[in-house]
Amino acid sequence: MVSLQWYVWLSLTLFMVGVFGFLTRRNIIMMFLSIEIMLNAVNLSLVSFSHFLNDLRGNIIVFFVITVAAAEAAIGLAILIALFRNRASANVDELKEMKG
Amino acid sequence: MNEILFGYLSFAILALSIAAITRKNPVHAVLLMIVMFFHLATMYLALGAEFLAAVQIMVYAGAIMVLFLFVVLVLNIREEEKGERFASGWPLGISLAAGLLILILIITDKVLTGRQGQFTQAVILQETHTKAIGKLLYTQYVFPFEVASLILLVAIVGAIVLAKKRLG
Repeated sequence: MVSLQWYVWLSLTLFMVGVFGFLTRRNIIMMFLSIEIMLNAVNLSLVSFSHFLNDLRGNIIVFFVITVAAAEAAIGLAILIALFRNRASANVDELKEMKG
Repeated sequence: MNEILFGYLSFAILALSIAAITRKNPVHAVLLMIVMFFHLATMYLALGAEFLAAVQIMVYAGAIMVLFLFVVLVLNIREEEKGERFASGWPLGISLAAGLLILILIITDKVLTGRQGQFTQAVILQETHTKAIGKLLYTQYVFPFEVASLILLVAIVGAIVLAKKRLG
């Protein structure tokens, strides 16, 4: 029997992989993928807590997180398409019009 | 869940996600992510959440990643592959991530216990997971459920408005 601790560690490590990818990749598609990795890490911890505490509310939250992730991906990729139409670049370092 | 399955799944999930965020070609990264989502869905199955495993495969691997793949293929990002893969500050990024990891590891011991709920594995197996989740979703959580549908509607309209060509 694997204890809850191991699931939390796995979820944490997966979350940190996402954080690292988000902080270091400059391609905006890769940054979106890193966000998806982070969301999945949180989902994993919610499902494992839900399993070990015998409570279904964790699963309900995961359901809503997946909904929001789908909306976020659709909006984010639409913004990306609009961006690409104007700039022809997916590098976030080149987007500095709003720099003060 | 037995240790060998957990070991394999956790190794595969971590290895695939690390491989995905270090790829230069976004298409390869998206395909690696799809394989990662299948492993994650297997882990949900082993944790007794079969409805979420199905949703994970249908929504994440089936819809979100296909959307990514479409966008990657529609946009021509050949020239992106020539540039630098990581930002120049990547050692700072990895140390920030490691620092955050240690910080959360310190506090996780405090949060691992909690009040036990009523949905033990036996109850869920007897009622089936989908039915149990559906009952909760349509009674206690019906308002968040409606809000979720509104979020999806806004996402649909917003995505079309943002991505359509300007007329005139």
